[in-house]
Amino acid sequence: MNWNKIEEQFFKILTGVCTVGIMLVLVTILGVVIYRGLPAISWEMLTKTPEGGFYLGESGGIFNAIMGSIWLALGATLMAFLLSLPLALFMNIHMKRHPKRLTLLRLLLDVLWGIPSIVYGAFGFTLMMFLGLKASLLAGIITVGLLIMPVMTRAFDEVLRNIPTGLLEAAYSLGSTRAEVAFKVFCRQALPGFITAILLAFGRGIGDAASVLFTAGYTDNLPENLSDPTATLPLAIFFQLSSPVPQVQERAFAAAFVLTFIVLVVSVGGRLLIGGFKKFTL
Amino acid sequence: MPILKIQNLSLSSGKHEILKNINLEIPRNKVTVLIGPSGCGKTTLLKSLNRLIDLYPELKVSGKILFDGDEDILNTRRDLTQIRQKMGLLSQRPFPLPMSIYKNVTYGLRIQGVRNRKKLAEKVEQHLREVALWDEVKDRLHSPASRLSIGQQQRLCLARGLAVGPQIILADEPTSALDPISSRVIEEQFMKLKENYTIVVVTHSLRQAKMIADYVVFMYYGEIIEQANRDDFFNHPKTERLKIYLESGH
Repeated sequence: MNWNKIEEQFFKILTGVCTVGIMLVLVTILGVVIYRGLPAISWEMLTKTPEGGFYLGESGGIFNAIMGSIWLALGATLMAFLLSLPLALFMNIHMKRHPKRLTLLRLLLDVLWGIPSIVYGAFGFTLMMFLGLKASLLAGIITVGLLIMPVMTRAFDEVLRNIPTGLLEAAYSLGSTRAEVAFKVFCRQALPGFITAILLAFGRGIGDAASVLFTAGYTDNLPENLSDPTATLPLAIFFQLSSPVPQVQERAFAAAFVLTFIVLVVSVGGRLLIGGFKKFTL
Repeated sequence: MPILKIQNLSLSSGKHEILKNINLEIPRNKVTVLIGPSGCGKTTLLKSLNRLIDLYPELKVSGKILFDGDEDILNTRRDLTQIRQKMGLLSQRPFPLPMSIYKNVTYGLRIQGVRNRKKLAEKVEQHLREVALWDEVKDRLHSPASRLSIGQQQRLCLARGLAVGPQIILADEPTSALDPISSRVIEEQFMKLKENYTIVVVTHSLRQAKMIADYVVFMYYGEIIEQANRDDFFNHPKTERLKIYLESGH
């Protein structure tokens, strides 16, 4: 065996081991969540709010946290979307004239992306005080919305950047205005990538505990309007896992299972949706 | 009267002069071919005509381009969409819009506000026939344009441009990415289309220039070295540079 072959074999094994290792971690996480969570799941768990003594192992469920998380993540994703789409379009259509400012803005967004979510939580809390809000669904939505906005904007931005200039020139040559290029051509070409970006942001938003700790609060009731505090699944996991009662700890895994399941359903649904649009793109 | 009159057009990017004092008249309902080595400014000249150069703000432009004798295209107060609707662009590689074949052709009309379905359907058939694509796609008008072969896509892009109702067709090496048969189809379309349209083509192929051109312009490093009608151009080149270029080309 010559040296080249040994080298090739070595890297083949190295990359293989890394791949298998990562798969293993993923499978183990899912395995533990399913193994410990599934037995604790019951219809009551999914459809009832906590009753007295729930945190000591008595009856009730985490319906409050499930609905709270869904509302919060949907609201935050919507808010982030409303901010991110115009921003990403602005960056790729109008700001192309100013490459330096564009680089700076991208750097800023990357920094925002990297800020730990507990900092967003603290910021959200300050903002909440300033606006005179109490811990509520709205405050949670605003905080998580800000948290996932940079993720979504940069993901949108990357999608738009990869659109060929030729397509842009073609669209302008047909007499399109800037708005028509943005909404009729850019967005359509970018739709599959956009959906992926939204899912990514939704996934990060629904799973974050630190940012909602101060801002959304926690309650055993369902939120009835935006100014009610709300429970969330990550915090439900946190509180139950910190309990000394074994049944309650099992329920934490059940809550983790539910959270993972929601993200999975949303991702798979999104993929199916993308398939329908992708055939039209270049 | 020439349809386009380019007067003292200069264009630079920073210190780099891309076009130097270009003076050129584009004759109406003829095929004008721009040839010259890569990077000599042919494409930039073409893109100045429908002001696609506006997309590149680092470019500094001076001079005039008169359309139909009076309107200066480069006047920044002019309505860009109107200028661009008068000129269809065919680029090196086809870029079909991310929609169906049908919607690609109707795009230009719909943004002009045409909503009448019957009229749109007529236009689709008319222009797809014009580029000899109708028979190939009539049964799958609503399937994605991206599924067509690259040669078909280029013809679709031509049909899409024609549907807007331009007077001029600008083509930037329109056949360089195509196989010989698809290239031939595009060339034949140009020969037919010049009855109703003025065509400006950038090409690297001397064979193509000889076949389709009425008038040929030779550019070299941002300047026009020589221009003449086809027969004079190829049979009696005046400058040394053009002689060398013609001898080395094919």
